[in-house]
Amino acid sequence: MEGLIHQVMSGIANGSIYASVALALVMIYKATHHINFAQGEMATFATYISLMLINAGVSYWAAFLFTLVIAFAGGMVIERILMRPMMNAPVLSSVGVFIGLLLIINACSGWFFGYTIKSFPSPFPSQPMLGGYVSGHELGSTAVTLVVLLLVYLFFRYTRLGLAMRAAAFNPASARLVGVRVGAMLGLGWGLAAAIGSMAGMMVAPVVFLDPNMMFGILLYAFAGALLGGIDNPLGAVLGGFAVGIIENLGGAYLVGTELKLTLALVIIVVVLVVKPTGLLGRAVQSRV
Amino acid sequence: MVQAGVKPDGTTLFGSPSVEAMPAPATAGADPYVPTGDAALLAVANTRSPARTRRSAMLVVLALIVAAAVPTAFFNGYHLFQLTMVVVYAIGILGLSMLIGFNGQISLGHGAFFAIGAYTAAILMANWDVPYWATLPVSAAVCAIVGFLIGLPALRLEGHYLALTTFALAISIPQLLKINAVSDWTGGVQGLVIDKPDAPFGLPFSGDQWLYLFALAVGVVLYVIAWNLTRGRVGRAMMAVRDHSLAAEAMGVNLAMLKTRTFAWSAMFTGIAGSLQAIVVQFVAPDAYGVFISIFLFVGLVVGGVASIGGTILGAVFIEFVPNIATQLSKSAPGAIYGLLLIAVMFLMPQGAGGFLKSLATRLRR
Repeated sequence: MEGLIHQVMSGIANGSIYASVALALVMIYKATHHINFAQGEMATFATYISLMLINAGVSYWAAFLFTLVIAFAGGMVIERILMRPMMNAPVLSSVGVFIGLLLIINACSGWFFGYTIKSFPSPFPSQPMLGGYVSGHELGSTAVTLVVLLLVYLFFRYTRLGLAMRAAAFNPASARLVGVRVGAMLGLGWGLAAAIGSMAGMMVAPVVFLDPNMMFGILLYAFAGALLGGIDNPLGAVLGGFAVGIIENLGGAYLVGTELKLTLALVIIVVVLVVKPTGLLGRAVQSRV
Repeated sequence: MVQAGVKPDGTTLFGSPSVEAMPAPATAGADPYVPTGDAALLAVANTRSPARTRRSAMLVVLALIVAAAVPTAFFNGYHLFQLTMVVVYAIGILGLSMLIGFNGQISLGHGAFFAIGAYTAAILMANWDVPYWATLPVSAAVCAIVGFLIGLPALRLEGHYLALTTFALAISIPQLLKINAVSDWTGGVQGLVIDKPDAPFGLPFSGDQWLYLFALAVGVVLYVIAWNLTRGRVGRAMMAVRDHSLAAEAMGVNLAMLKTRTFAWSAMFTGIAGSLQAIVVQFVAPDAYGVFISIFLFVGLVVGGVASIGGTILGAVFIEFVPNIATQLSKSAPGAIYGLLLIAVMFLMPQGAGGFLKSLATRLRR
């Protein structure tokens, strides 16, 4: 029983990371109908930047905030330069551009920061907490992620800008007619998604250690989470991310063993897409021919 | 107005909104399959006279003789190995081209079939002393079956979703190869080492020379198959499904059968390339077949031109030689160059180098 609680707890901790990345993916998917294959690489690169800042003597939380700002700006720049022209491109072109972006950012991470595996500091105490079920870092990173997710929710639900961004994603043509600057909103959405992704990168780096390919596995779980919850539903993606974290940990402990955890994510993806392609909370899209 | 291949909700699959109506020159996001600008011109060029066909056939045979003789006579060791790898990659990309280019099913996970082919060859050679040439039919069959089976769930996935799922497959392949239960066969994390084959019948070739000629011969057979397949009834059905699956179905194409079979063909080609790679490198290990092999095959395909059989060779030359030149600059340079080129091709010449050269040739001939 204790083992089970322990697995569920660390499943939730992992799940908070997957939920953040899944949310970032869904935000971009909802606005542009593109799947951002480079989301993980963007987060890895941002994490390297924060490590560079911390090594230069900046305090952890200052570096954390600064990295979020840089990631936000980076996301906006990428949207403006690469994604705007691809807005109505066929699927193959969009996939090609995202894979190209993935390769470039991955190469840049290696080029600037090296391929050796680096440890990343955690701002949280290392002793076990809550009766020994979770480590300080797990508890702290879950808390940070939950706060950020809550802020994102409040932003979209209660601010004018958030409403405008939702409108731009929901129906660009009508939003433009009522005076929403759709292009700017898409840029902001990209920036926000990049910042959320980089937050996830900084929270997971102390656990999995930092190297240029750090996020491939995380991205896979995030895909699984986003699809499980419904790729066009932000709340679904967050819940799906947590669910995948728990499934992954329980499956790894009791079902398939740790060596096949990634494959479990693949299985979740295939099962969801074949059995219920809209995910648990997604909306079926009808298309006229 | 409803355009062919464009769904009104904006989720276009393989038709961009009115390619013809777009201002020339080729804009970013133009359809990679449709020749922009001089579509009519190419259509005319494709209806060739018998004399021209005979002439191009002669040219191809001549080129093949040169390709077989010159490297064998003048190159050795590492350079010959590189050319052999070009043939291997070309076959792998050819498989991917049939699926993505001719059938419109986007796979980012063809490294999986490459790995299955390589492991089939290596396991047969290392554990049961099967001669190297006999492993090819076996891995062709294995990969075709696996491809067919993966093609079944793929039927329900379109566009982005298929790309995402196959990308997930590509990421999880090394883990699957490391499974302890089958490590007696696969060698687990260590991988397998196999012997280098010699030239048969006492032919006066070194091992490298023989491997090159062997790969080239296999490649020629597969290219002839692919050429005929894509130009026959099946190929037309493939392209019809790619361009507008609903219309193709209305014309009597059995969608499910065609798509799964294309997946099987495609997996078979790439699997054979994997087997050849294992035989040429004489070593397989799980981490050699990570997500990047899938991505590199995709890069080669896009750079060469997605629906261009000749372009696959250009793509293979590209992914084999760019890293060699670029690593002198930095270990990361190949990835960066691949990425930049991928984006540049998508923006500037969506039909890839193959399509670009073809339209250039047409223009010069005029």
